[in-house]
Amino acid sequence: MTAVPVPVGETERGSFATLLHGLRLTPEFRAGLGRTLLLAVGATAGRVVVPVAVQQTIDHGLVGDEPDLPLVRWAVAAATAAVLVTALANYLMNVRLYRTTENGLAALRTRAFRRVHDLSLLHQSAERRGSLVSRVTGDVDQVSTFMQWGGLLILVSAAQLLLASLLMLVWSWQLTLVVYACFLPLLFAVRAFQRRLHTAYRAVRERVGDMLGAIAESVVGASVIRAYGVQDRTARRIDAAVAGTQRAQTRAQTIAAATFSTGELTAAVATGAVVVVGVVMGAGGDITVGQLVGFLFLVTLFVQPVQLATEVLNEAQNAVAGLRRVLAVLDTPTDVADPADGVDLPPGPLAVRFDGVSFAYPRGPEVLHDVMLEIAPRSRVAVVGETGSGKTTLAKLLTRLMDPTRGTVLLSGQPLPSVSFASLRQRVVMVPQDGFLFDTTVGENVRFGGPGATDDDLVLAFTELGLADWLDQLPQGLATPVGERGEALSVGERQLVAVARAYVADPDLLVLDEATSAVDPATEVRLQRALDSLTRGRTTVAIAHRLSTAEAADEVLVVDAGRVVQRGPHADLLRDRDGVYARLHASWLAQSR
Amino acid sequence: MTPSAPAVPRGTLRRGFGVLWVAVREEPRVFAVSAAGSALFGLTTIAQAYVFGAVTERVIVPAVEQGRVDHAALAVAFLAIVGVATLKVVGILARRLGAGIMQYRLQAAYRRRVTRRYLQLPLSWHQQHPTGQLLSNAGSDVEATWYPIAPFPFAVGVVFMLVVSLGLLLGTDPVLALVGSVVFPAIAWLTVVYSRRMSPLMTRAQHLRAEVSGIAHESFDGALVVKTLGREASETERFGDKALELRDVMTDVGRVRGLYDPLMESLPTLGVLVVLWVGTSRVGSGALDAGELVRVAYLFTLLAFPVRALGWVLNELPRSVVGWDRVQRVLRAEGDQRHGEVRLPATSSPTALHVAGVSFRYGGHDVLSGVAFTVDPGRTVAVVGSTGAGKSTLASLLVRLLDPVTGAVTYDDVDVRELAPGAVADVAALVPQTTFLFDDTVRSNVTLGADLPDEEVWAALRLAQADGFVAALHAGLDTVVGERGTTLSGGQRQRLALARALVRRPRLLVLDDATSSVDPRVEQRILAGLREAVHDDGRPSTVVVVAHRRATIALADEVVVVERGRVVDRGSHEQLLQRSAAYADLVKAYERAEAERAALAAGSEVGA
Repeated sequence: MTAVPVPVGETERGSFATLLHGLRLTPEFRAGLGRTLLLAVGATAGRVVVPVAVQQTIDHGLVGDEPDLPLVRWAVAAATAAVLVTALANYLMNVRLYRTTENGLAALRTRAFRRVHDLSLLHQSAERRGSLVSRVTGDVDQVSTFMQWGGLLILVSAAQLLLASLLMLVWSWQLTLVVYACFLPLLFAVRAFQRRLHTAYRAVRERVGDMLGAIAESVVGASVIRAYGVQDRTARRIDAAVAGTQRAQTRAQTIAAATFSTGELTAAVATGAVVVVGVVMGAGGDITVGQLVGFLFLVTLFVQPVQLATEVLNEAQNAVAGLRRVLAVLDTPTDVADPADGVDLPPGPLAVRFDGVSFAYPRGPEVLHDVMLEIAPRSRVAVVGETGSGKTTLAKLLTRLMDPTRGTVLLSGQPLPSVSFASLRQRVVMVPQDGFLFDTTVGENVRFGGPGATDDDLVLAFTELGLADWLDQLPQGLATPVGERGEALSVGERQLVAVARAYVADPDLLVLDEATSAVDPATEVRLQRALDSLTRGRTTVAIAHRLSTAEAADEVLVVDAGRVVQRGPHADLLRDRDGVYARLHASWLAQSR
Repeated sequence: MTPSAPAVPRGTLRRGFGVLWVAVREEPRVFAVSAAGSALFGLTTIAQAYVFGAVTERVIVPAVEQGRVDHAALAVAFLAIVGVATLKVVGILARRLGAGIMQYRLQAAYRRRVTRRYLQLPLSWHQQHPTGQLLSNAGSDVEATWYPIAPFPFAVGVVFMLVVSLGLLLGTDPVLALVGSVVFPAIAWLTVVYSRRMSPLMTRAQHLRAEVSGIAHESFDGALVVKTLGREASETERFGDKALELRDVMTDVGRVRGLYDPLMESLPTLGVLVVLWVGTSRVGSGALDAGELVRVAYLFTLLAFPVRALGWVLNELPRSVVGWDRVQRVLRAEGDQRHGEVRLPATSSPTALHVAGVSFRYGGHDVLSGVAFTVDPGRTVAVVGSTGAGKSTLASLLVRLLDPVTGAVTYDDVDVRELAPGAVADVAALVPQTTFLFDDTVRSNVTLGADLPDEEVWAALRLAQADGFVAALHAGLDTVVGERGTTLSGGQRQRLALARALVRRPRLLVLDDATSSVDPRVEQRILAGLREAVHDDGRPSTVVVVAHRRATIALADEVVVVERGRVVDRGSHEQLLQRSAAYADLVKAYERAEAERAALAAGSEVGA
């Protein structure tokens, strides 16, 4: 059974369209955007103050016959005031920018997180999980870094260049042309540099991945490496990967340094050209000394934006890619959705009906074919079949973790898609094979099944399940931490906690998917007895991993190649000597010998 | 959230400088080039201001005042401006490339050293350190250690540049020098204060990011549980609360940055304005000329940015020290296994294995106590016991992955601790419980780099009953398997691991539950094959097999029963079945579970 996971789509939207779409989906970003932009322009005003002050000082204070000192003083004082106002605008802009972007990103993250949980299991195969996690973490962080650094820089630089250009035009349009003639070619070069830098950075990431992979092998495979004495070979592999990383890093650094230097040289050429043209103009009386010197100060305002443009563009590209990935999650429709005006399941034990149910994984073959099935309330049914026969799929359809491709699953006459999730999840509980636990205490994990349960309820649950002894021997009882993914407990112990969790949830339909497969044989017998009492009076469907479970059930369903091929009590099924069940049973007996 | 108490212990800066000093000592030449480049950058930056002042005084002012262009002077001015900038670029390139090369070289060197230690340190050390920690020691910790190297040469050059400019300012005009000596230290000081306030916030933000990511990981991993219990809303709330905490810290970051960024930017500007205010009257009184004033103003403009490099270095030092400490913990770890110099004669015959009163403790518990047994050459012994009895530890001791606390393991009467490095692997091969495949081809995974002809590889695969599926792989022996390669079933992986042991024709073979995922019928064929694969003296390898399956156990010449770290019984399978009810129960319980699972799993292994 190979389930092809449905990838969370990545829409092919252009960069600008992606940004707009992001703004549309995140109203938090839009709050007060205009005022922040205005402040950004204000925040750059201070940068043109120095050239103006220099020009005023020179033209009215230093050059010429009569220095107009009061005027200079006045100009300097005005400039000081402008600097202070600018600083204030800068402060307010930063605070606003961080508040707005962080508000928006927290909301975006949380919405994407919720959407991931709302997507059906088809989207959540183990292979895709890492990628889903990065959508609500790294991808969002990339957007945040960009907005708070690169995006801000773009904004400020644009405003700075605009103001500088205006001022330059006022002083001399000819010199302005000179400056633009020097810098414009660079703006085109920046794009080319950026592409190379992007490739270089990607190479770094890939090489680092290879290197960490090689190092991980040496750590995870420690015993094999020692047992076979292949330390030298492993060391050579690691060294090669480390060297690869170093080469890629150095290359990226070289490109970055080259770009930076190009900006510096261009600025020098621009300065020189302004001096040459300016002096010629000055001799003709077309420009004052102060204006010319002020111009040279203005040229320095072009340098930083140009030098950082490559890095900023690169970051912008990453950020748009990150945003696109996050939005793709939000754009993926929930395929198994909570109905808008869902009904509650009728009270009491639940009956199950499969009405012509078929299921195929996306782009995969059909794994269940036209299953017709009825399970009476309060009955205990075991489902058996070889691996890949479709029995787990049956359980997932029954709990509406997935919807059938054809046909309907009904609980006590209610089609599942019309039942509200609140009612469904409260009344129907599945204990999956992998007894996943959260990184907290045993008690909190059990309480996950019934948020209102008191500690006494939890202890009672273990006692009723015949697991009081097991609980007692834990170092801190209910307060014992289970570790990451429950790994401080053995696989079998995790399954015990998972069963207790289902017990506390108190469902009317219990679905056990090989829920006790890793419990050691002795404990299993005890737990089986406890499950018998737990399941009394409820409808139970147990995907069985041992034929002893089938023996104990009221009825056995035999699934083979996507169809229910046999059903009836264990003893009856054995009578059909050519049946699948008899074959399974015989193979079991043969191996027990 | 209030910015919590600084996470920077006293003496961190001093220790940080210590780490920088280590870097300088390890890469003196690259550092020298980089620092020289940085100094050149500093000098040319100052020179730019001088050229600027001179151009104003000697070219611009005369031209405008006299209405006449001195073409020669203009050409000199242009060349001086471009020339100085070219030198500055040389400085920038030397500084940046030097710093990069230094940083990456140190990273690479320490990664090699750390991973070398990983390979040298014994398995017992590995067992005490989580994989994730070891990975980050070699990855992010090494990176953090050398992170300040990137701005370090820049900072050295800046200090040099500041000293020179203050000297020059003093020579130009003492009053302006006074302004400079207030403004620049103030910028440097602000940078330090800034990093002091910022770094706990950033640490906290980093921490919260990890928590946010942790919740997402956990919650998505447990998606099935979340879904089946209908806890999506509460999980979203748990995640959302953390996301809001992160938002709050980042908003604080914005506030701090909002406060310091404008201050850092305004300080030099205000400095220039003071220079102009004071300077005008100084020019008026003849103490200064216009060129000098412009030069000073320009110098202030140029110096403002580089001064921040001081802050960048100081900013990174605390993280660097933490990284350094973690890396040192690996480099200084002790407990290496000592080796002797004995090499067993290179014969092709099974080894006599003797386990003499071996005890082993782990985490304060006795895992094995006084375990003793002998396996004659060519014989097969099965080790049987319930989970946690110490069987895997015993298997590790047999091939000296671990050393016993007391007692000894001997091959042909030689204590394995007296064998030369690598000599144990020449004699014995262990196939561990959990299969490990390298991200490499089937061939490499079997040979592990040994120069063996393909026929021998195929022979080993045949013996491990793996030739069939390997031949069916799309590239046969050259198919890449492992983490990023072709997916194999558990049983297939185990059979490859077995072939890896068999291709070496080991004189002692230790199988630690190594065929648990292999179909029982296939396993029987494997074990039968092992009997027939004889050495030159006509005897098969000595085999110790940790087993659960009755059929496997029944094939052994002798069974050793281990419970709670002690040998409680030994004898042939039939003898034990007759005389020990506990043994019968144990074998049957496992067998029953195994058989049931096998019956239902039929198809998963055989058909895969």
